[in-house]
Parts: sequence; C-alpha cells; structure tokens
Amino acid sequence: MSKFGFTINKPRVIDYDLADKRVLNYVLKNEPSFNLCIFCGSCTATCSAGNFTDFNIRKLKMFIRRGLVEEIGTEADKCMLCGKCFLVCPRGVNNRNIVLKVREALTKIESHEL
Amino acid sequence: MNKKVVVIGGGITGMEASVQLSALGYSVTILEKEGQLGGHLKDWTVLFPNLRKGNEIVSFLEHGLELQEVNIIYNSKINEIKKINKHYEIILDKQKSITADAILVATGFDLFDAHRKEEFGYGIYENVITSYDLEKIFAQKGEIKTPSGIKPKRIGFIHCVGSRDEKVNNHYCSNVCCVTGVKQAMELKTLIPDAEIFNFYMDMRMFDTHFEELYLESQKKYGINFIRGRLSEANETIDKRIVIKVEDTLTSRPLKMTVDMMVLLVGMEPSKGTKEIANLLNLKMRESGFLKPEDDHTMSNVSNMAGVFFAGTCSGPMSIKYTFTDARAAVTKINCFLKEYELQNRILVN
Repeated sequence: MSKFGFTINKPRVIDYDLADKRVLNYVLKNEPSFNLCIFCGSCTATCSAGNFTDFNIRKLKMFIRRGLVEEIGTEADKCMLCGKCFLVCPRGVNNRNIVLKVREALTKIESHEL
Repeated sequence: MNKKVVVIGGGITGMEASVQLSALGYSVTILEKEGQLGGHLKDWTVLFPNLRKGNEIVSFLEHGLELQEVNIIYNSKINEIKKINKHYEIILDKQKSITADAILVATGFDLFDAHRKEEFGYGIYENVITSYDLEKIFAQKGEIKTPSGIKPKRIGFIHCVGSRDEKVNNHYCSNVCCVTGVKQAMELKTLIPDAEIFNFYMDMRMFDTHFEELYLESQKKYGINFIRGRLSEANETIDKRIVIKVEDTLTSRPLKMTVDMMVLLVGMEPSKGTKEIANLLNLKMRESGFLKPEDDHTMSNVSNMAGVFFAGTCSGPMSIKYTFTDARAAVTKINCFLKEYELQNRILVN
C-alpha cells in the first residue's frame, strides 16, 4: 500500500536537467548502435534473464538515456550475456555489448575515472 | 470549341492538373486568390524525404505552365457559382464571370493555428515557435538563433500539434508532421552540431518511401533523441527558456526538461477557401471539414455535384508526392466526364 501523509516521497518525475550522462556518453562512444534503439521491446521479450527475473533490458536502456545512474545501479549485473537480444533486434543494436559497456562505465565511475 | 475547365487554386495541385488538362486539349483557367502561384510550397526551403530544395518543384511546375497554354487569373475572389444546365457560371468580383464545363477544386489546406493550443504557449512564450516559423528561419540562411537571440543548445520538437486531438476537434493524422519533425531536427543538428535535439511523439508514423530510412539516419548520423510522450503543458523559466512536461511513457514516469527553443509541428486543416467553395457549391464535407468523395475506394476526386471534382489537400492531409498523384488522377476523372465515356457510369453493387 502506498504511504501518504507523514513521509516525504522522493519525486517520481524525471528531471532531465539533472541528468547524469556519464554512462550514456560512455556507451554511445563505445557502442554507437545504442543510438538506433526504437524501444520496441523485442530484446526484453526474448531475454533469458528477463523471463525469470525482473530484469528489463529495454528499461535499462531508457534509464541510461535519461541519465538515471541510480536506477541503472545493479541492473546490468542481472544480464546473462546470452546475446539473444542482439539476434532479435530489428535495428541491429548490440544490446549485449551495451551491457558490458554499462558495467565498465559503472566501474570507472566508482574509481572516479569517468 | 474546346471544353472549358476552371481550376480553383494555384498551388501544386492546381498547377499540375492545369498543365495536364491543357495537354489533353482543354481550355484551362486557374483562379488564384493570391498574386502568385505555388501555394504553401513557396514557404518550404528543403523537402522531405530526400532534402531537395522546394524551389526545384516550383520550377518544375512553372516549366509545365510554359509548355502549355493556361489562363491564370490572379487575386481573384469568387462571389458566386451558378449551375446553368450542364455548365457552371463562376462570378468573380467586378462583375466578371467565366463559364466552365467542369470545375476542379484545388483549394488546399491551412496550417493549424498553434495559438489554439494555449497550454503549449505559442504567442505567449517567445521561444515557442512552429515548424513553419522554423522553415522561415532556415530560409534566412544565417546563424540559427532562438527568438530571444541565443544559439540554442537544447531544442524540443512537439509532434501532433493540432492533429489527433479531440480538444481542437481534429481527430485525424496530418501525415506529414512526423517526417517534417525528423527532417527539421536533422537540419538543425547540421547547423548546430553541439545541440541536443529531442522529438516528443505519440507514434512515429514513417509510412512512406524512405521515411523510415530517414528516421534511422536521424538517429544514426545525427543522434536525434526520441521520447514517446505527448506534451501536457509548457512553462517559461525566468530566463525565457521553456519547460516541457510529458510522461516518458517508456519508463512510465513523468519527465520534465528545459529547452532553449520548442518547435510545434503544426498539422493541416481544410483551408478557409476550401470551406468557402464547399458552401458555394454545396459540396459534401467530412466531419473534419475536408471534402468528401462520392466513394472512398472508387470515386476519389469525384464530388457530389456533377462536373465538380477536387484534388490535393482540400480532401485531406497529403505530402507533395501524393498531391501530384492526386492532381493527375483528378485529370483522368475530368477527362472521362467531359468525353462522356461509358466508364463514367460504373456503379458499385452491394
């Protein structure tokens, strides 16, 4: 049940003016096919991990686009790297490599390299 | 004596149809309300989907008029149209009148007046412009600046302004705005390479030849961003920037973004002239106000009045390519009618 009243809810609105684009720029630079995604969801539909867990690779890509680094969090760890998402993609987006690049970017952020 | 056809409207449809009718041997007169031909085409610098210059199409049409004999009456205003037996008598101002064996209505469209979507702030916030205004900025060929005079770093395009919106009583899709938004986004990115450009859409309707390829190119080469969500309202910041509020429907969360300039992709409406002529001739209109053919599959271009035909955007939104096709299709119908071909009497059996 949603709690209203005596708590302060974090706003759900995405404020793009505060977007953290470090992961986005790293992925775009190292896997330019990221730009071709039209968010059709075929990657998510075929996803091995996503069929048994709450992992949603399309949403992960949206979070990257919107600069929501906190939401990206541990999401990329849930991917099994099977690569089926790349096979079904109508735009040739290398989703598997995107996941690898996200992991790299997050490591770099942690070690203050990004 | 040659049979006479009067073409009302000298845009793409009127020009092309006149040339084709004249080539078939009819005596053709164009009635144009303005002082020059070309209609809306004059206002568009570069055209989708191949980024060719608009004035190339104008010269193609003008070349046709040079090859054929077509009478053109500029600055004409039609006061009345009378049906006398099988002919029509068109009474212009100054008591002048012309007779016609057939009439082609080619009165086109008007752009949606963006002031009617008050919540989008057009005419209220200076950095909210329309796709038509942007085209004028492109025509000036200088450095691109917002109306406030700064070089925009972030620009938002809003799709479906005045289209697919019952709040302005336009339920239909205007066909050309999606691809115009992609085209203009690419043009802007070329002129301002470090700008971030976002297109806010409900559906991307890239239905025609090369549209989808253009959409792909806009992402691949130009890095244009697309966000699925319709603008609810826009606000202005203290420094005259525009705050866009949409639902980012693909993350299921509200989203707000400040842009330096917001471009409204305005749709098509039946022109004022279309409504006037429809009233003078008692032509059937659709609920949208666009002219209604006798049958949607088999009788396009054929009105409910014998001898009156129509073509182009007075019958619904269409791109330049389909406007040409429709103009030529109407010519075939008019020729059939004036030659009294048996074909003319085909009926639909249900």
